[in-house]
Amino acid sequence: MLDIIVSVLTRTIVAGTPLLLATVGEIITERSGILNLGMEGLMATGAVTGFIVTFITGSPWLGMLAAILVGALLSMLHGFVCIGLRANQVVSGLALTMLGLGLSGLWGKPYIGRPLENRMGHLYIPGLSDIPILGDVFLNHDWYVYLAVLIGLLAMFALKHTKAGIILRSVGENPKAAESQGIPVNRVKYIAVAIGGALAGMAGSFLSTAYSGSWNEGMTAGRGWIVIALTIFALWQPSGAFLGAYLFGGIFVLQYMLQPLGISPNILAMLPYVATLLVLLIYGLSASGQRRMNAPATLGEPYVRGER
Amino acid sequence: MQIDLLPRERSTGLQNLTILIGSLLAGLLAVSVVFALNGVNPALAIFSIFRGSFGSWYGIKETITKAIPLILIGSGLALAYKAKFWNIGAESQLLVGAIFATWVGLHWGPHLPAPVIVPLMFLAAFLGGALWGVIPAYLKVRFGINEIISTLMLNYIAAEFVKFLVVGPWKGASKGGYPYTDDLPAQAILSHFSYSRISPVLLVLAIIAALVLGWIVYRSRFGYEIRVIGENTHAARYSGINFFRTSLLIMVVSGGMAGLTGAGELMSIHHYLSYPETISAGYGFTAIIVAWLARLNPAFTIVSGLFFAGIIVGGDAIQISMGMPAATVSVFNGMILVFLIMGDFFISHKLRIRTGRASHA
Repeated sequence: MLDIIVSVLTRTIVAGTPLLLATVGEIITERSGILNLGMEGLMATGAVTGFIVTFITGSPWLGMLAAILVGALLSMLHGFVCIGLRANQVVSGLALTMLGLGLSGLWGKPYIGRPLENRMGHLYIPGLSDIPILGDVFLNHDWYVYLAVLIGLLAMFALKHTKAGIILRSVGENPKAAESQGIPVNRVKYIAVAIGGALAGMAGSFLSTAYSGSWNEGMTAGRGWIVIALTIFALWQPSGAFLGAYLFGGIFVLQYMLQPLGISPNILAMLPYVATLLVLLIYGLSASGQRRMNAPATLGEPYVRGER
Repeated sequence: MQIDLLPRERSTGLQNLTILIGSLLAGLLAVSVVFALNGVNPALAIFSIFRGSFGSWYGIKETITKAIPLILIGSGLALAYKAKFWNIGAESQLLVGAIFATWVGLHWGPHLPAPVIVPLMFLAAFLGGALWGVIPAYLKVRFGINEIISTLMLNYIAAEFVKFLVVGPWKGASKGGYPYTDDLPAQAILSHFSYSRISPVLLVLAIIAALVLGWIVYRSRFGYEIRVIGENTHAARYSGINFFRTSLLIMVVSGGMAGLTGAGELMSIHHYLSYPETISAGYGFTAIIVAWLARLNPAFTIVSGLFFAGIIVGGDAIQISMGMPAATVSVFNGMILVFLIMGDFFISHKLRIRTGRASHA
């Protein structure tokens, strides 16, 4: 029994890692007022880029770097369309998903089914990693797991306590006021979109170079959409992203473990989505909930400089 | 030289058409660049796609077969988007329609003649899709829940539910363990034009639906309300429009059309319920681009639906003839959609290029 619990917890942390990375990215993007529905496409592109670069160079770190760069670059297309041309963010995000899934399929075709020799290494702390249970659950993962936690904590701190965080929030809440304070609103939005794309790319390369060590079309398996749900579930707070990512990761793991007990994996797979709807509903039920919910005030709205 | 961006007060039909065609060509150019960078001859690939879809009788027939669901869903989406109701849940509204139609077909089908059971299944599917579509509308107007998120969530919930049904309680006894329901009875199957998969019933239904929805949006009282809400939600609330009722009705129509499509695909193509990806085949998402290319005029989805059906069929063709991955079609769709929305910018703005020295800066 203990074995099973340790195994579930260990795998939960692993399954939550890409969700955490990308959700923190989407939170930063949405905090600037830009909705990016393209996460699924960005993750897929990151996954294939990470795989190809790791396959060729033999270095999973270079793979991660390349995925981060490609994710940031591709998200700039969304940035240009939504910020520069003030186009519809919903449609642009969907276009980005199609494009990302398409590009990843095109680039990855020669690599389907080829195993990776050098996967991302594991952190091993002599002594600590050998502690029974605790060492297994927390201290025997690959580097992505710890980087994700570090990035999440950093975002948590930065949003609340740094000038950059305050600037980001003010751009999403009240861009006109921010502009009058001399903040380059559009530049901040571009940076926020790029960070979101970079983290989505990184989440993708985790899947292909650490989690599975192979590339397959459709390997992101809807995680990019879960991220959109998680961002709301987290109420646009990185702390909520931690909770949500590991919770949803846990559901993902349990889905297959509970099947022998007669619990349908399909019904369990609905849970993240039902939970997100419930969170929205609970906040929607109370009149003041809308405000407490923390959604960036100008999310999804194009910003026109100097317009009244 | 100096380039100025000026807001355009209003654009003429000709300007709109020019911008539309310009966007499509720019999109094709961008797709060509992507193909070339991946070592694929772009001219050959694009030529092969359109030869695959419009270059043979077989291709044309398949294109029409796939245009039908795109037109049915796309016209309903166009109506919703006109009111700025961002329904991206057509994929699951289609599935719930298919679930309802399957139930009616399997339970009542064997006892009823075709002229009764076919309309009954369409009706059930419309109701199913409408029900699944009204949920996000209600959540939006009553609790302020963003419809993009709720329709997205409902997509996954419905897809998992279909999987649950076909591997579990609805698994057909006659299917030898495969995750399919039993076949619909013969009287619930739509016949095809000979040597094709085109159902005349569905073809007529799609064309009439697109035209009627076009008429509704631009000529009826309901359409007027849709357009007012789309232009200014706040103004609509104070102009005597029953915002609650109109919003719900919009999603009854939009979801219902997608649901109807689910029944059509079932009765004409699949004949039994199976995995959600097979049944919806991504039509719910592609129809979003179809609606957009039609400039949110439901009647124009007849043309844009045919165009994107052509890309799907041609995409299948080049998978075989050029060994390209299935995802090629997504590159095509994504790129064209990006350029279409870029083009929108030039409908509301004009470029003025002044050459020579700017004498007064």
